[in-house]
Amino acid sequence: MSTVQVEGVTVRFGEVTAVDDVTLTAEPGVTGLIGPNGAGKTTLFDVVSGLRRPSAGRVLLDGADITAKSPHQRSRAGVARTFQRLEVFGSLTVRENVVVALESRRRSPRLAEGLLDRVGIARFAANQADTVPTGAARLLELARALATEPRVLLLDEPSSGLDRAETDAFGELLRELSAEGRAVVLVEHDMDLVMGYCDIVHVLNLGRLLVSGPPDVVRAHEGVREAYLG
Amino acid sequence: MTALLAYTIFGLVTGGAYAVVAGGLVLTYSTSKVFNVGHGAIGMVMAFLYWELAENRGLPQWVASLLVVGVAAPLFGLLVERFVMRRLAGAPVGVTLVAGVGVLVGLIGVAQVVWPPQARPVRPFLDHLGVHIGGSYVSGHDLVTLACAVLVAGGLYVLLNRTRTGLAMRACVDAPELASLYGTRPHRLSALSWAIGSALAALGGILLTPVVQLDYVTMTLLVITAYTAALVGRLRSLPWTFVGALGLGLVQSYAVAYLPSSPGWIAFRAAIPALLLFVVLLAMPQSPLRIGGVRGSRGVAVPNGLATGVGAGLFLGVAVALALLVGPVVAGQLALGLVFGIVVLSMVLLTGYGGVVSLGQFTFVGVGAVTVARFGSVSPLTLLAGALVAAVVGAVIALTVLRVSGLYLALATLGFAQLMDKLVLQSPIAFGVRGSVQVPRLVESPAAQLLLAAVVFALVGIGVLAVRRGRLGRRMIAVKDSSAACATLGVNVRWVRVGVFALSAGIAGLAGGLFAQLRETVAASDFQLFNNLPLLLFAVIAGVTSVSGALLGGMLLMLLPVLQSGFPAFAGVAVVLLGVAAAGLSRDPNGLVSWLFRAWAWRRA
Ligand SMILES: Nc1ncnc2c1ncn2[C@@H]1O[C@H](COP(=O)(O)OP(=O)(O)OP(=O)(O)O)[C@@H](O)[C@H]1O
Ligand SMILES: [Mg+2]
Repeated sequence: MSTVQVEGVTVRFGEVTAVDDVTLTAEPGVTGLIGPNGAGKTTLFDVVSGLRRPSAGRVLLDGADITAKSPHQRSRAGVARTFQRLEVFGSLTVRENVVVALESRRRSPRLAEGLLDRVGIARFAANQADTVPTGAARLLELARALATEPRVLLLDEPSSGLDRAETDAFGELLRELSAEGRAVVLVEHDMDLVMGYCDIVHVLNLGRLLVSGPPDVVRAHEGVREAYLG
Repeated sequence: MTALLAYTIFGLVTGGAYAVVAGGLVLTYSTSKVFNVGHGAIGMVMAFLYWELAENRGLPQWVASLLVVGVAAPLFGLLVERFVMRRLAGAPVGVTLVAGVGVLVGLIGVAQVVWPPQARPVRPFLDHLGVHIGGSYVSGHDLVTLACAVLVAGGLYVLLNRTRTGLAMRACVDAPELASLYGTRPHRLSALSWAIGSALAALGGILLTPVVQLDYVTMTLLVITAYTAALVGRLRSLPWTFVGALGLGLVQSYAVAYLPSSPGWIAFRAAIPALLLFVVLLAMPQSPLRIGGVRGSRGVAVPNGLATGVGAGLFLGVAVALALLVGPVVAGQLALGLVFGIVVLSMVLLTGYGGVVSLGQFTFVGVGAVTVARFGSVSPLTLLAGALVAAVVGAVIALTVLRVSGLYLALATLGFAQLMDKLVLQSPIAFGVRGSVQVPRLVESPAAQLLLAAVVFALVGIGVLAVRRGRLGRRMIAVKDSSAACATLGVNVRWVRVGVFALSAGIAGLAGGLFAQLRETVAASDFQLFNNLPLLLFAVIAGVTSVSGALLGGMLLMLLPVLQSGFPAFAGVAVVLLGVAAAGLSRDPNGLVSWLFRAWAWRRA
């Protein structure tokens, strides 16, 4: 059972404030993080996974402050993520991608097949990773993240590139993953997926937290529609 | 007080010339995103051309400089942009670096062909003018230099801030796709910046020739100072670049004035540009982990254990046959080629698999050679000691420079190579400035040397392939493709890089020991900075991603001087070809061997 919290996190890029004093918590289950383009979702993931230092604020994992920790230390503490702009190891095969992650945790490379099977891309195992379709590459990033046995899983637009059937299968996988006690944070533009599978949804707009609540509360919120439409 | 003033003026004058050169570098980099390693070489060739026109053909100085700076240099810049650099837009840093080194080496070849070595004095400008300022004399040439620096600074400022083209150029820096909104095509801008950049390199070169002598290498490496100045401006800011250039001029001038003139300090003075380059690089902010976009490269197929064994067996069989068949001279040359091949193997690991371009690999060869030489006796153990010392030096360097990456890292290795050359390899603890060291041989006959080198090459090759197939190899490649993803998967990216750097340095050091005992007499000049450039080019041309590429690369590197002494007329041409081939092939890191393999597979099919 794990919880990740961000407290008063602010990220500035020169003049632009990409994330503005955001405080939120993700508990075991599926937490949605939505907002229009440029809202600061990916930047917030970068802060939680340690790839970017916030200008202000803290990140807590199960109550312990991990703001000063490097990305690989956070990974070992149980934080894993996928990337919106794909970051697969293009020179390696799909299987080797997962093996790298397994080995970094001193787990057996033989577990790779099971993980690939679980996300549904076992048929690509021997292909070089920069040749597989986008949807499969996103699932590969998920398999790779799972290989590190994360307690907190940050997914940045995982369903883009998946067809309807694959998206449904992915939703079921989300349920399983959270049922195992993980805190899954889902950044997604596919509203059906968000509204169908999330326990709680946070809405960011222009770097600020607009509203938090269960899917139907968020769906009914006036400001959310405005943010998306105008 | 007078002395201080005099040295200050002198420092500002050289600083002014550096500023002209560095300004051109920053301009081309900021519009085309290609760091022109060959910038200094363009200045060098243009300075030779100026000598040809003004001194050899007797044109008036101003006509000659106008022709060179206003016509020849911009044209040349346009050519380089059109035929080399434009094809490299968006290519990884390693590729553009190799292309730049290709241009550099090619230009040195051209200069050697057209202007064979001889003394070439160049008259300063306005020699009869000159003024006294507070008791120190400022020559007319100094005044011209300062005036040029001021004009260039002002001209670039007006160009970038007051003209439509300049605004578009600056937009290019931030967002190339925006530049088209200014109604100018990015290619035009990039071409223009290369024309201006080359002109400035030429101007700087001409201004500096009366101060430093006209020489292929000295002039080319003078650019290290310009690199440093450009880095002070983070390769973007022209004002800071100028400040940096003037500061560097002053530091060097004061160093001449106030540092003691014992041999140690003289060596230190020579190392100042490289030292400053290093310091400026270390002051750079840590490179962020790059995020965004799939990267991958298609290496040649990695042979499995069985294929490796068969390959090694075949290779050793051929080596034994050759050792029995060829005469002692050829056997010695083949042994040397194999030793160079081991050096290239160290680059297969670092550059081919790890994606790190090092311009200082020969320095580790030197460290290994010195270690073995200092032991005074040669045994397999001392060879390993040489490898170990080189690996330790490599790890220490890696820990200091690996906070920066890509281009900056390559420049840091360049600075490191220069520092080690001036401060360590040329010092009394190693070879001494012009000294050399005798090293006993491990095995006597050239045929035995050939076999020794072949066995070591085979062992290292098997080792490199084992690394590639194993855990470390996967990790290295993963770090190369996406260091951000590696970090979020729990891999300590920094340690992987340090490990790879140290391992690669160790292999180079092992080759160094073999080299020393094969040559019997080794000197600092065997490992000087400049030797790294052909090494890098041959490695890339032959194929820096495979063991067979390393073998071919080593042999080519050995053949270059053989050809040069056998056919002096061909010497420069060979270097030109080398540069051209590298600039052309830099896109395909698998190199010539992969072509050979493909041709072979096609024949069988
Ligand atoms: N490295 C950077 N440098 C400067 N600005 C940046 C950088 N990264 C992000 N930004 C800016 O920060 C803001 C937030 O970007 P971010 O990528 O976090 O948004 P997002 O919510 O993930 O959007 P999307 O839905 O398009 O993925 C944007 O205005 C973006 O332009
Ligand atoms: Mg995003």
